Parts: sequence; structure tokens; C-alpha cells
Amino acid sequence: MITLTIDGIRVQGEEGETVLQVAKKAGIRIPTLCYLEGLSPRGACRLCLVEVRNWGGRLVPACATPVQEGMEVVANSARLQELRRAILEMLFAERNHICAFCVSNGHCELQDLAAELGMDHVRYPYRWLPFFVDLSHAKYGIDHNRCVLCGRCVRACAEVEGAATWGFSGRGISTLVEADLGEPWGQSKTCTGCGKCVQACPTGALFEKGKATSEQVKRPEILAEVKERRPRA
Amino acid sequence: MNPIAERVQELVKPYAGKPTELIQALHRVQSALGYLPKEAQLVVAEALGVPPSQVRGVVTFYHFFRTKPAGRHTIRVCLGTACHVRGAERVLSALKEELKVELGETTADGKFTLEAARCLGCCGLAPVMMIDEEVYGKLDAKRARQVVGQIP
Repeated sequence: MITLTIDGIRVQGEEGETVLQVAKKAGIRIPTLCYLEGLSPRGACRLCLVEVRNWGGRLVPACATPVQEGMEVVANSARLQELRRAILEMLFAERNHICAFCVSNGHCELQDLAAELGMDHVRYPYRWLPFFVDLSHAKYGIDHNRCVLCGRCVRACAEVEGAATWGFSGRGISTLVEADLGEPWGQSKTCTGCGKCVQACPTGALFEKGKATSEQVKRPEILAEVKERRPRA
Repeated sequence: MNPIAERVQELVKPYAGKPTELIQALHRVQSALGYLPKEAQLVVAEALGVPPSQVRGVVTFYHFFRTKPAGRHTIRVCLGTACHVRGAERVLSALKEELKVELGETTADGKFTLEAARCLGCCGLAPVMMIDEEVYGKLDAKRARQVVGQIP
């Protein structure tokens, strides 16, 4: 067992467990976005940044940092709150996240985080490059304008479904999640149509067809459930 | 199977079954074909055992890889700091207009490919562009059009 403190509370974790996992067990809340139980951690969104006081105040992503003996972790402070809020604001500034016109309004992790972190406005100029909406799939659609590039769909597809249909194409602000070699989703030869990517998506970027504003409820927890039930190879 | 796919299959043989050699394999294919069309990417994916989505990720991430054939001449307009200050944007938009292409595209007649560079290392001549191996400095919109017009 490894002993450490998070926000001054003494907690214990197993070797190999992450700061996030140990915090969760101890009932300490750390906001996350790209992390999803059942998928490998990516450390991409930086919302779970925590400060390790005895590492010179270094900021590390809680989801991808294994616990170490004697660590003094700060999970919640004014500094972290400000950083997390700034990260969220940049996500909102990058692409169009107008909740009122979104299928996921009211059931959206991005929206919930904004409320939790007190993000009442965005201090950065909106970029909002226009992206297309791909409705070529029979059951689902993808609206790149709502995508935060967390990669949960990419990992769900590769790690849980084993299809590896989704991948990132391009770079920077114009990065897109695309199927195979960039074909319309409906023409993908590897997509099984399982819909795990849709359930994993934290926003309204991936959605089931036929859902109107606010009607899309996701079940991201199914990824962990599916993984647990699977017999070990 | 089409001739491109057959050729690519031959080229990637040394990397067969080695997903970690993806970039090497793509380099080899591009130096042989000049670019990486989708049919080539697909063969690379199958031969190395990498999902097509990942091959595309790598191909579109690195500026070095191109998915369309390059023109006979490559124009590189410098958009570095010094050139930016001295009007590189005006040179670039003049060339876009003259050649009727956007950045990264090739003219309809296959003569020019228009690209941007981040510094060509001769800021004293700003704004500059290179056409193939030749550097052209102290440009403005008019001069840029002239230079391009004189290339055979």
C-alpha cells in the first residue's frame, strides 16, 4: 500500500493506481473530461490537473499519474480552479458549443463542468471555424462543431470494440475525428455500428439520429461495464 | 489489383507486420510515388497491421506527407516573422489569386504547388519565397506575380 495525502487527507492506494482513482475512492472530487472509466487514460484535456506540493508545486494530470509514497497532492485550490476554468473557456472558444441548440443540452459533461467550475463567461475571443456535420451513418451522426477532441470515441472504438474506426486527422484547431481514411462515416468498412463511441462522447458531437434538442442522453458508464463482463483473454 | 497498390505492396515488404515502422514505410512510399494516395495508405495499413484511421492520422499530422501529387515546381512562401512584418501575406494572396490555388494545393495544369514555410533563413531579403531551389527576395505582390509568370 502507498500512503499519500490529497487536500490534507491521508489516503491509501495500491501500486499502479492513479491519483484520480485514489481520490475517487476517498470521495475527493477532481473534475475530468477526457478520462473515462474502462478506457486507457490519455491526459489530453488537462482538467484533472492537480498540484503536487512536494514536487515543487508541479502540475500533473491526476488521471495519468500513478500514486507515490508521501505525495502531497492538492486537488482543489483557487489556483487550480482558475486553471481549470481557463482550460474550459478555451474549449468553449475553440468550437461552437451553444447549448440551446444542442442535442445534449442538459445531459452534457462539458456543460456540467462549466456549471461546476463557475464558468459564467468566456474571456477569449471565439474562433468557431465552421466544420461539417456527417450524417452518412444510418443510425448516428457526428457534428465536429461540438467536438472537444477528448478522444474518448477513438479509444472506445479501438480498446473496447476493437474496430479502430475512429482516428484523429489533421492537427491543431482543425483536427477532426474521422473514420478510416477520411471516408464519410456511413461508408466505413471497419465500423460495426455498435454505438459505443456515441455513448462515450461527453458532448453532443456524436449523437443518435432522431434526437432533437436536449433529447440525447448518453451512457458513458457502459464502456466500463462491457469491459468488466468480458472474459480475460 | 491496381498498379499503385501493387507497387506499394512491393515497397512496404521490409516493414510487413511491423506497426512501429509506419513512418519509415510512409516515407519510402512517398519518395517512390511522390505522394500518398488513399489506395497507398490502405496497402500500408494492411501490410503493417495498423488501422487505416491511424495511418491517416500520421499522414495528415506531418506536413512532410502529402496526399495529392506535387506540381512540377514547388513554391514556398515564407511566413516567418520578418517576412510577415514586411508583407508576406500580400505576396501570398497575390500568388493565390494568380495561380487560383489555396495553400497546399497544386494548380490545375500541374505546374505549381503552393506551400508556406516558417523561415527560409534569409530574413534580410524579406519577404522571400523559394521556387524549387531558387530564392527570390524583396518581393511585393507585383514582383511575385512576375517571377511566377517567368518560370517555364
